[in-house]
Amino acid sequence: MIEIKGLRKTYGAKGRRDPQVVAVDGVDLSVGEGDVFGVLGRSGAGKSTLLRCVNMLERPDAGTVSVGGVELTTLNGRRLRAARHGIGMIHQHFALLSSRTVAGNVAFALEVTGVPRAERRTRVAELLDLVGLSERAGAYPGQLSGGQKQRVGIARALAARPKVLLSDEATSALDPETTDSILRLLLDLNRRLGLTILLITHEMTVVKRICRSAAVMRDGRFVESGAVTDLLHRPESELARDLFPLDPFAELPGQTVVDVSVSGEDADIPLLTEVARTLDVDVRVLSGSVETLAAGRAGRWRLAVPGDGAAVIHHLRSRGAVVAVAEASS
Amino acid sequence: MTWSELSDLLLVGLQETAWMVGVSTVLTAIGGLLLGVLLVLTAPGGLLAAPVVSSVLGFVVNVARSLPFIILLVAVIPFTRAVVGTTIGTDAAIVPLTIGAIPFFARIVEAALREVPPDVVAAATAMGATRTQIVGKVLLREARPGLVAGLTITVIALVGYSAMAGVVGGGGLGDLAIRYGYQRFETEVMVATVVVLVVFVQLIQMAGDVLVRRLSHK
Ligand SMILES: Nc1ncnc2c1ncn2[C@@H]1O[C@H](COP(=O)(O)OP(=O)(O)OP(=O)(O)O)[C@@H](O)[C@H]1O
Ligand SMILES: [Mg+2]
Repeated sequence: MIEIKGLRKTYGAKGRRDPQVVAVDGVDLSVGEGDVFGVLGRSGAGKSTLLRCVNMLERPDAGTVSVGGVELTTLNGRRLRAARHGIGMIHQHFALLSSRTVAGNVAFALEVTGVPRAERRTRVAELLDLVGLSERAGAYPGQLSGGQKQRVGIARALAARPKVLLSDEATSALDPETTDSILRLLLDLNRRLGLTILLITHEMTVVKRICRSAAVMRDGRFVESGAVTDLLHRPESELARDLFPLDPFAELPGQTVVDVSVSGEDADIPLLTEVARTLDVDVRVLSGSVETLAAGRAGRWRLAVPGDGAAVIHHLRSRGAVVAVAEASS
Repeated sequence: MTWSELSDLLLVGLQETAWMVGVSTVLTAIGGLLLGVLLVLTAPGGLLAAPVVSSVLGFVVNVARSLPFIILLVAVIPFTRAVVGTTIGTDAAIVPLTIGAIPFFARIVEAALREVPPDVVAAATAMGATRTQIVGKVLLREARPGLVAGLTITVIALVGYSAMAGVVGGGGLGDLAIRYGYQRFETEVMVATVVVLVVFVQLIQMAGDVLVRRLSHK
C-alpha cells in the first residue's frame, strides 16, 4: 500500500552557512495493505520527516514514494491534492481548527474534498458516531479533553474515506488510559475498514498494542525493520530489547545463560517445565515475560541452565524457540 | 457659548469624525487584509513564496510606516486632489488617513496570521486543501480574534490621526478642539471635545473586546 524507495531528505538551505542536516538518509519501506506499521526512534531520528514525505508535506530530495500504486513525488497541484484525499493524517497536537466546532472540523475535511453540502451533515454524523463523539458535536476544541480532540482528529482524517492513515505521535500527549482508548479505536478502524496505518511513536505500548510490523530508525536510517514477531527472534534486535527487556547478569560458574524467544502458538506450550522434565535439568528464569501483542503471542526469557546447556538449547530449538547464548555484563 | 450651541458643534464634529474614521476603516480593512495576506503568502516558506515581491512589499510598508503622519498628510495632497477633487474637508482627509493606516494594519494582519499554528496549516494541506481554502478557511478564519483586536487598535489610531487631519481643514472633533479650544481659548469647548473623544474611543474598544470574546473559542 505504501512503497518507499531510497528516500532522502536534507534540510539547510543552499548557499547558507548553516550545516546541512540529513533528516532521512536512504530509507526503503514497504507497508502492506491492512498492515499497522510502527516507526520507532529517538528524538531527531527523522521519523516525522519520513512521515511528512509520504504525503509530500515535505518534498524528498531523492527516492520515490507511492501510495496505493500512485507515485507521489512527481505529482503537483490538483493531482497531488486528489492523492492526498486518499491519505488521512493525525497529529500529536491534534491541529484542529479552534474557530470551528467538532462537527465543523469534520465538515471542513468534507468541504476540502468537495463533498456536496447536502451530504455533509449525514457524513459528519456518521464519522462522529464512528469515533464515539456524537454528543460533543457542538463543542469547540477548547472545551474538549486531549482524547476527545484526537477523536475529532481521527474522524476528520477519515472524512475522505482514505485507504491509508498516517499518525505522528498521535498518543504522546495523552495519559495511559486515554492512549489505550485511542489505540483500541485505531485497531478497530484497521480491522473494520481495512485501513493501512503507518505510525510514529516512541512508546512501546503502542507497538505492543497495535503494530504488526515495525522499524527502528536512527540518524535517518532504518537499523531494523520487518514483522514484529520476526524482529523479536533476532538476538541483536533493539526492538526485542525494548519490548522485552532482559536484566543484565553476572557470570554464573558452571552455568550457561541463554536468551530464548518464542512467538505464536509456541509461546503457550509449557516449554520450560517440559525441557526440565525431559532432560532432567534445573532451568532458572533470570528475567523475561510472555505477552499478547497485536502481532500475536510472544515472549522472551533469559534462562540459566547447567553446564554448556547444549542439550537444553537443542531441545528448545526443536520446539520452535530461537535461542542465543547471552554474555554476562562485567 | 450656550449649551445648545456647544452641543450642535459637538454633534457636527462627532459626525464628521465618525464619517472620516468609518470610511477609512472600511478601506483600511480591505487594503490592510490584502496587503497583510500578501506579506504572509510571499514570505520565505510561505504558500506563494516570492522573495523579491516579499522584500519589496516589506520595504514599501516600512517606508510608509516611518513617515510621520503630518508629513504624509501634506505629501499626499496632489494625490488627494486627483482622487477627491479637493484637498479640504472630511472626504479629502480620508485619503491620507487610509494611506497611513493600511501599512499599519497590514503588519497587524501579518502578525495575527502568523499566530495560526503551522500544524493546523499542515493538517489542511495534508487533507488536500487548495491555497484559497487555506487562506480563507484556515488562516483568516482562525486569526479572526486577532484580526478584530488589531482592527480595534487601528480604528482608535485613526480617531487620533483624524484629529490631526483637522489641522489641514479636515473637520471633525480635532478641528473643533483646535479652532475653538486652542485658537479662541474657549476652554469649555476643548474639554467637551476631549470628553466626547474619550467616550468615543472607549465605546470602540468595548465593542472590539466584546466581538473578540465572542469570536475566540480557545
Ligand atoms: N524544517 C526543518 N528545517 C531544518 N531542519 C529540520 C526541519 N525539520 C526537521 N529538521 C531536522 O531534521 C532532523 C530530523 O527531524 P524530525 O523532526 O524528522 O525528527 P523526529 O524523529 O520526528 O524527532 P522527534 O521524535 O523529536 O519528533 C532533526 O535533526 C531536525 O533538527
Ligand atoms: Mg517528530
